[in-house]
Amino acid sequence: MAVLVVAEHDGASVKDATNKTVTAALALSGDVDVLVAGSGAAGAAAAAGAIAGVRRVLHADGAALGHGVAEAVEAAVVPLMAGYDAVLFAATAGGKNIAPRIAARLDVSPISEIIEVIDGNTFVRPIYAGNALETIQTSDAKKVITVRTTAFAAAGAGGSAPVEAVAAADAAASAQFVKEEMVKSDRPELAGAKRVVSGGRAVGSAEEFNAVIEPLADRLGAAVGASRAAVDAGYAPNDYQVGQTGKVVAPELYVAVGISGAIQHLAGMKDSKIIVAINKDADAPIFQVADFGLVADYKTAVPELMAALG
Amino acid sequence: MKVLVPVKRVIDYNVKVRVKPDNTGVDLANVKMSMNPFCEIAVEEAVRLKEKGVATEVVVVSIGPQQAQETIRTALAMGADRGILIQSETDIEPLGIAKLLAAVVAEEGPSMVLMGKQAIDGDNNATGQMLAALLGWPQATFASEVAVDGASASVTREVDGGLQTLSVALPAVVTADLRLNEPRFASLPNIMKAKKKPIDMKTTADYGVDVAPRLTVLKVTEPPKRSAGIKVEDAATLVAKLKEAGVI
Ligand SMILES: Cc1cc2nc3c(=O)[nH]c(=O)nc-3n(C[C@H](O)[C@H](O)[C@H](O)COP(=O)(O)OP(=O)(O)OC[C@H]3O[C@@H](n4cnc5c(N)ncnc54)[C@H](O)[C@@H]3O)c2cc1C
Ligand SMILES: Nc1ncnc2c1ncn2[C@@H]1O[C@H](COP(=O)(O)O)[C@@H](O)[C@H]1O
Repeated sequence: MAVLVVAEHDGASVKDATNKTVTAALALSGDVDVLVAGSGAAGAAAAAGAIAGVRRVLHADGAALGHGVAEAVEAAVVPLMAGYDAVLFAATAGGKNIAPRIAARLDVSPISEIIEVIDGNTFVRPIYAGNALETIQTSDAKKVITVRTTAFAAAGAGGSAPVEAVAAADAAASAQFVKEEMVKSDRPELAGAKRVVSGGRAVGSAEEFNAVIEPLADRLGAAVGASRAAVDAGYAPNDYQVGQTGKVVAPELYVAVGISGAIQHLAGMKDSKIIVAINKDADAPIFQVADFGLVADYKTAVPELMAALG
Repeated sequence: MKVLVPVKRVIDYNVKVRVKPDNTGVDLANVKMSMNPFCEIAVEEAVRLKEKGVATEVVVVSIGPQQAQETIRTALAMGADRGILIQSETDIEPLGIAKLLAAVVAEEGPSMVLMGKQAIDGDNNATGQMLAALLGWPQATFASEVAVDGASASVTREVDGGLQTLSVALPAVVTADLRLNEPRFASLPNIMKAKKKPIDMKTTADYGVDVAPRLTVLKVTEPPKRSAGIKVEDAATLVAKLKEAGVI
């Protein structure tokens, strides 16, 4: 069986999510190719070739592919699928946006956010905000899959796969990229970070979020996350949301500050190795999953924590 | 322009989900069911488009059991004009749902399909994208802002890293994210009025599309349980424990 992984990249390098998706692909087959579709993304194509276990890199280069617009990526991927039995995407905003389109074009039922490969047709995935796991078997000849990256280790470096150019088919111009506003940060990327500090509704304002949550994250070398309530209230950008419908993280250390622990939030962080909760309500549900709970007002607890960290 | 809003009846988001002891699924007997929260956001957006004079008619469609009528009534009470219920006693995968919706689109000819980005039962996040592909329409998923401007729509999307704006030619499929709006509560008079709004009753057979499942659920299990740890006295003890655990 031949498997295609569609890379997530920034033009110069591939995202760690791709290395993790390659690991899931290698559980399906030894014949794993990576598609780098982009505009001027030769650097990313070379980087993809260096991932251990990759057989070949396909590089589609075209102006329309510059911003990962779904219709354009679909036009690049669908013709290639004649030669593949499965296509895998990381279950990121980008992967989730595109994978089902490809599935529909191939008349296949897509399989979202797998956390385990049982065999070539059988996969495990969370449903109901991770409150249940379903083992499903597909009867489709071709598979279209998104991969929950926290469930797979990143494939390492050391590969030397050749890069081949493939056609970048013209896509309909019916969807046009206009602009993007990206959150600039020197912190680690939330989805793959080893440590995460998240703030909730209790934090009360964007200023307080900057003054309390971010310095603690910086002190710990952590990425910053937030609950939906904090994002909805404008304390943190949308991209920080951790949970069922935001990002799923599984760092070594997750610190939840002023977050109650609704199931939708737990869905995004309960696989973290060590969970710390700071909450003034001793009965907050977050304490049911926390390894270390501190029942305190964060306004005093966080400065004390900063001091104790030295 | 006409807006079509597909709405799904799902387990209420506040309900604690339990896996059945025989591992065949989750227990849905006697649990509260509601409209999928993302579908509510889509209905709200469609109704606002109507209130702004951009949309002329808002049609909601649900595929599901007889009781999905209640979900349609909720949308009608929020301000949608009429409903279509496509009855099905079995669960249909997103591929089949997308095919049925494509058939409804062919009949209704909407300029926009506004739907949820994800149903919180299966957490698939697939139907909107599949519908767009089947129709050959552009898509704008995970929308946090929608502005219709004549023959196109400008849609701000929640993506990894921030926000992206796309311009999509109409007709298009738009899927709603959490920040698009805050859905209203239907007022009592509007709930009463909704009782008189028409719901067209259909079955999947009326559309002649293949909705046979491609996926078999072999089993449904509980995720590994995480047990509560300990409460620590103060910040200093916390730091000591974290050092002991080797995470700082
Ligand atoms: C469809 C849907 C999808 C959702 N998706 C997500 C998601 O992806 N991610 C997500 O997070 N949520 C999600 N939610 C929302 C979720 O249900 C909760 O509403 C949300 O997580 C609550 O955020 P919070 O814990 O910050 O706020 P709250 O629940 O209000 O909790 C605030 C906590 O702070 C504590 N507190 C208050 N003051 C202090 C203080 N001074 N010091 C210390 N502690 C204090 C309180 O005791 C309380 O426990 C979703 C909901 C729906 C319906
Ligand atoms: N049975 C259904 N009836 C109507 N709409 C549906 C149904 N299933 C899914 N949808 C629509 O598709 C969206 C995404 O669902 P999903 O792809 O299953 O996560 C939902 O928010 C609905 O708008």
